Amino acid sequence: MYRIDFNKLRFLVCDDNPHMRRILRTLLHSFGTREVYEAEDGATALEMYTHYAPDIVITDWSMPIFDGLELAQMIRQPESKGNPYAPIIMLTGHSEKRRVTLARDAGVTEFLAKPISAKGLYQRVLNVVASPRPFIKTKNYFGPDRRRNQATGYIGPERRHGGEAEVIQNPSLLDKARTPG
Amino acid sequence: MAKKPTDVQVASFADHHVITQPNPLRKVLRRIVNDKDLDDPVARAEQALASLSGEFGNWMAIECERLGAAHAAIIKDGASDTARDELFRAAHDIKGDAATFGFPYAAVAAESLCRVIEHAPDLARVPEELIANHVKAIHAIVRARANTENTGVERELNRRLRLVADEYLAAVNKDRPEHLEAILAPSIVPVE
Repeated sequence: MYRIDFNKLRFLVCDDNPHMRRILRTLLHSFGTREVYEAEDGATALEMYTHYAPDIVITDWSMPIFDGLELAQMIRQPESKGNPYAPIIMLTGHSEKRRVTLARDAGVTEFLAKPISAKGLYQRVLNVVASPRPFIKTKNYFGPDRRRNQATGYIGPERRHGGEAEVIQNPSLLDKARTPG
Repeated sequence: MAKKPTDVQVASFADHHVITQPNPLRKVLRRIVNDKDLDDPVARAEQALASLSGEFGNWMAIECERLGAAHAAIIKDGASDTARDELFRAAHDIKGDAATFGFPYAAVAAESLCRVIEHAPDLARVPEELIANHVKAIHAIVRARANTENTGVERELNRRLRLVADEYLAAVNKDRPEHLEAILAPSIVPVE
């Protein structure tokens, strides 16, 4: 069994709602984190991401200027000078399957539907720290490996060719999003 | 400055690359070797959250005020994109936060309002009472919480709101299958 030394982790929290930022800060500090940077919109978060190089990003989806989905897309730029690999946890009030799929396709690592809980947040952080997935770069995707199973029924254009399918012993992002905190 | 890692390995295939790197966060993982290690970070965080709970009533009142202001702006000046976005964000924040603040039934009513705003083809043509009744219900649920033990009224209120909202959305989206599918799809959040 493993535990996380939160005091060695730097977080960037992005949420336009000050109450949610306060809750997140409280939870992360009580886990043991010392460094929590906060932004109230995607543009500021991107600037802070570049400047502070956080280990993990936790972002809301719905925000003014540019939102959490766009923030994820901006971070996941393989040609950028910054680090495109940092884990991104999407913490959102959106609770529809299509939203999870959109988040996944933007390169989000974990999805946590509100209402937030200490257990749910801890579990997502543990997942990204203990079980990182390889990154995949295709013509139109760059982000954590989305291939969670080897379904044989799929014949669409997005099936990758060449090499062995990576079997990742993790539930899908959707299944994890369905897991309550 | 967030630097790009230099220790990545890239395996290239016909139409994709698989990029791996040594786990940069491995250093923060600590194996528990002592059974007597009773530290429980989750319990500690729950306790810290509970210590904030004295502020939740006030925070909920602020969220309700914001929703009321966004609704009033739409009544006064019409449903511009900016006004619509603000109403959606106010309702969406209540949907996400209210249960944490101890008002789970306000979250349910707010979710129904979010669905109306998101899936109505034109917010300006949504019957005024449909939005107003959602806003009033959220305010009423929050006001009543302090002296209401029996949640039957809130449940029934939410059931009816959702019923009316879904009937409206199904009717106005009958030619928009992508919205109908989203409306009918179950939430990923388990129902209580």
